[in-house]
Amino acid sequence: MKFGVIVFPGSNCDHDAYHVISKHVGQPVDFIWHRETDLNAFDALIIPGGFSYGDYLRAGALARFSPVMNSVKSFAAKGGLLLGICNGFQILCEANLLPGALIRNRDLHFICDHVRVRVESSNTPFTSELQKGEARRLPIAHADGNYVCDDATLDELHREERIIFRYCNEFGEVTAAANPNGSRDNIAGICNRERNVLGLMPHPERACEDLLGSSDGRDIFSSLAATLAGMA
Amino acid sequence: MMKAKVYVTLKPGVLDPQGKAIQHSVDLLGFNRIVDVRQGKYFEITLDDSLVESEANETASRMAREVLSNPVIEDYRVEIEA
Repeated sequence: MKFGVIVFPGSNCDHDAYHVISKHVGQPVDFIWHRETDLNAFDALIIPGGFSYGDYLRAGALARFSPVMNSVKSFAAKGGLLLGICNGFQILCEANLLPGALIRNRDLHFICDHVRVRVESSNTPFTSELQKGEARRLPIAHADGNYVCDDATLDELHREERIIFRYCNEFGEVTAAANPNGSRDNIAGICNRERNVLGLMPHPERACEDLLGSSDGRDIFSSLAATLAGMA
Repeated sequence: MMKAKVYVTLKPGVLDPQGKAIQHSVDLLGFNRIVDVRQGKYFEITLDDSLVESEANETASRMAREVLSNPVIEDYRVEIEA
């Protein structure tokens, strides 16, 4: 099984993702420069956090025109596992691989904090080793994490159990006070209809070592690896 | 030179925290009859002279639709200046 971490000009969590896959998941991983177009060697792709293209125009808006993105779209269409973290989530929304959009945080601040998110579904390749309903402590670091979508999309996300993470308090309760950025319905992460593409604003790759304050993110990557092992 | 002016604005109902912050600030400055402020984006695009106005409009509109705006949250308007 081989992981790929896509690197755009301005990506800055690429090394963190690489580190987690190589050290904690213990699998081969390569960086993929955004000008590459051949993704045949990869079984799972991560679009990491950062500020691709300086967040010019809109966060994630210009990355979607990079040469690699056409191949990423075909990869996803063929059922390949694709994880977008923070700026990666924004890129997936801009590229129409996930519905909705991420706009400026409700209170305008760049938020750098540890928050709790409730696992809303373990029925994805990324959350199969997590328990539905449990609260995980993960870091967030973003200015544009405020998830918006229209009513029809929200209904669809609920109906199809595609809201995977929601901001909650320490007791696992999804409340307005626990919503850091104004996201609709406290949404922190969603998946596509086929469940092979997941985007989330929190940074699980920064929460894989107790030394860094939390290892609550590690199971997301081990779920991915377990899914791939099962598929092989 | 033919110019296209593209205005990108948030759809009605999409929260605009930046507009709200601006409104709050101008209110503090004494502009107290301001009911609402919405922030948007403005693009000036210079086009090749060989294009006729309808082609310029079509090109700029497609750019606005596919790149400059995000249809989930934004509307756009195009004006052509010959």
